[in-house]
Parts: sequence; structure tokens; C-alpha cells
Amino acid sequence: MGQKVLLSKKEINIILHRLACQLLENHEDFKNTVLIGIQPRGIYVAQRLTKILLEEYKVKHIDLGFLDITFYRDDFRRGEKTLEATKTKINFLVEDKKVVLIDDVLYTGRSINAALTALQSFGRPKEVELLTLIDRRFSRHLPIQPNYRGRQVDAIDNEKVKVMWEENDGEDIIYLINR
Amino acid sequence: MSELSVNHLLGIKYLKESDIQLIFETADHFKEVINRSIKKVPSLRDITIANIFFENSTRTKLSFELAEKRLSADVLNFSASQSSVKKGETLIDTVNNILSMKVDMVVMRHPNPGAGIFLAKHVKASIINAGDGAHEHPTQALLDSYSIREKLGDVVGKNVVIVGDILHSRVALSNIFALKLQGANVKVCGPKTLMPKYIESLGVGVEMDLRRALEWCDVANMLRIQNERLDISYFPTTREYTQQFGVNKKLLDSLDKEIVIMHPGPINRGVEITSDVADSKQSIILNQVENGVAVRMAVIYLLASKIK
Repeated sequence: MGQKVLLSKKEINIILHRLACQLLENHEDFKNTVLIGIQPRGIYVAQRLTKILLEEYKVKHIDLGFLDITFYRDDFRRGEKTLEATKTKINFLVEDKKVVLIDDVLYTGRSINAALTALQSFGRPKEVELLTLIDRRFSRHLPIQPNYRGRQVDAIDNEKVKVMWEENDGEDIIYLINR
Repeated sequence: MSELSVNHLLGIKYLKESDIQLIFETADHFKEVINRSIKKVPSLRDITIANIFFENSTRTKLSFELAEKRLSADVLNFSASQSSVKKGETLIDTVNNILSMKVDMVVMRHPNPGAGIFLAKHVKASIINAGDGAHEHPTQALLDSYSIREKLGDVVGKNVVIVGDILHSRVALSNIFALKLQGANVKVCGPKTLMPKYIESLGVGVEMDLRRALEWCDVANMLRIQNERLDISYFPTTREYTQQFGVNKKLLDSLDKEIVIMHPGPINRGVEITSDVADSKQSIILNQVENGVAVRMAVIYLLASKIK
């Protein structure tokens, strides 16, 4: 099992700042926009972006939520293991809001499909955008593309992109792992 | 551990402590779901569940049905009183006929102890016991413990007294198994005639004096007298039972601490508890009902995920 560094801490930081600027460009004061991190790994990207927007770009207020998609996934009973849920925390309605769904890696698109279904339980958003830190090209099972992407990579099926965060895994780094 | 150790929920006796924790953690997520404005998830859209009730039920049946519907399962309801069981069909035949309509899971209540275990051996479906005679009622015990955990933070180390008709109560037996498994201290309290002979072999204490029992406990789970199962007279009069084993506000207020009052329902108001106790702030009876849906969703979800 080999692994190589895809993005270093410095590169991740630059990309996050660029993504924050792109969000700012389209959503200005975030009055009518909410950010939703997809559980379990998308929440770190969402939290980092929120922090940058609030602290460095002086946005006054951002609604940030976490969405668990376990009960909406299309592979229930299809794998070996029971799908384990994590916490959903959305303290606002998305009715008529612009929603930015945030995840770390976009691969087949099935998680995003589930997230779009799950999102309907919280109202009818005005529009939904997708932000992903890593976009794995040519591996989609569904017609889903990100509006904002950190880095596009070509990875074959037996490779895995592993995104690690200081607050959870000890350091900011992204690996490409050969399984 | 992310999977139940069992394929059926026949009784708490067959569960491990880790199973109970997994059910509770999953129920936490479903409790969040059922408090949304849209209370439904699509997980079980390809699962069909038959609710087969050979005994009367309102709460349990509604709670199961609601849990199944909130998970998007297809639901079949069957009550024995309006069925071919009356015409002499056997249990296995009845269930196999239902299963040949491609049903994946059966929720069954039956007056005979062990009916669910028997069925699990003979038919190919996941079985959930919704009460079998005076044997077990596992989902009730799970939701009772879940409610204690919610109210007091934890079950381990808590003192719980179960008051009433212990002899005929499946709720009592399942609760004893569940509470002991989670490390709670359990006592039972009631007339000697309604106390099973070997109850102490389950590791529970017996207390004949209600006041002493209440002074000891953090939680009192009040049971109904199972009149439908009383073949002989176990106590002189209901009035005398109430005087000795009924909880009223005066008794509750005279204790030096605030205990939690639970009841699995249906309540016989004025017999085992008075109305002012049932409706008091200390009572979590309606929380139990709400939690019942979340806990049953968790049980169904976790069992269904094991159906291949």
C-alpha cells in the first residue's frame, strides 16, 4: 500500500482561502445563504471556510449546518455492514435560501444525490450549489458536478483520497493512497 | 461495533450490552428526525413489514406502525380477531402465507410466551417480538431505559423499582434484563402473591413496602394489574391494592428527593397511580411514548440492515 502527498498544509490553506473568496464573490454578506457540511468528513471543510469568512473576511454572520445522509443513502442493505449514522445539526430552515453543500471529496456523486434528498426535509431551497475540496475526475455515476472545486485529480478506482484535518487527525494533509 | 449481534429481536435476554448502546445511539438520530417538520427518511423503501397482533394493543401497534412509516417501509396490518386464525389456521401457516407475499419482517404480539422464538425457528423473516404472553416485551424495556438515560443522563448505577403485578408482566421481565445488563440496581415491589417464586435469582431485590422502595429509588416504573391474566384472586380488593401499592401525590411529596415516575401504559388512573402523579412534572410517561417511536425506528433499521 503506497501513498503520496496530494496537498500539503500550505496548499490546503491557499485553496481554502481561494474557495472562501469565490463564495464571497457570489454570496456577498451571506444573508440569504447557508452553508451545509456533509457528515462525517465535509463538516471540517465547512467549519474551516466559515472560520476564514468570519475572521479574515469579516462576514458578520453565517448559518452553518451539518447534514447526515445515512438514512438517505441508496446502498442500504447492499454492503456488508450496517450504515452508521452521525449527527444532523441544522437549526434553521433552508426554505427560499441559497444552500452551499460542502464535502471533502467528490467521487461517484451518490453522497451528493443522497444529500439533495435529505435536504428536502428542511424545506425548499431557492438554489443549491456544491463545493468540494477534491474532485475526482471521470469517476461519476451520476450527472453531478461541483460549482466550486479545490483541486481536480485523476485517480483510478483502487486509489483512495484521504483528507486529514488537524482538529481530527493531527495535521492538515491530503494523501492519495494506493489500496 | 456497528451491527446488532442478533437477526431477530425476540427478547432482551438475547442481547448484549453493546447492542443496547447501538440501538440507543441510532435512536438519538431518529429522535432528531421525528422532530423535524418532515419526519420521514427513505431508508426502508424496499422493505415490507407485517404487524401481526394476536392480542389487543393500541400504543405498541401505533408506535410500530408509525416507526415503519417514518422509515418508508411498506406496512401490512393484521389482527387475529378478523382473520383466518379464527377458522383454525396454525401460526406457522398464517405467517408463511403472509411471507409468500414477500414480506421481509414480522412484528408480532402473541398471548403465548415463546411464540416469537418458535416463529423465528420456522419462518424466513426477521422477527420482532412486540410482547409474548407474560414473557418479554423487548421494545418497551428498551424505550424505558432510553427514557431513563434521557432524563438522568445514564442508566448505570441508577436505582429502579418496578411496582405492581410482576408475576404477569412481560414489561417487568424485559425491564429487569435490560436494566441489569446496563448496570442499574433493580428492586421489585408488589403483593407477595404477584411476585414470581424465583425472582431473586434474576439478581433483583424484593421490597414489600412501597414507601421504603420509593425512598430507595431514583426511578419508579409503575405497572398495571394485568386483569386479563389474573386467573384467580391475587389480592382482596382493588381498593386494598391501591392503598398499599398505589402512588399518590401525598406519598410522592413526602419523599426527601424527587424521583422519576414511569408507566408503560395503559394507565388505570386511581389504581396504581393517581391522576395528579401521572400528570405531574416528575412523570415521563408521555416522553416514553415519544421515545418509543424513535427506539422502534432504530430497532427496525438495524435489523433490516441485516436482511440480505
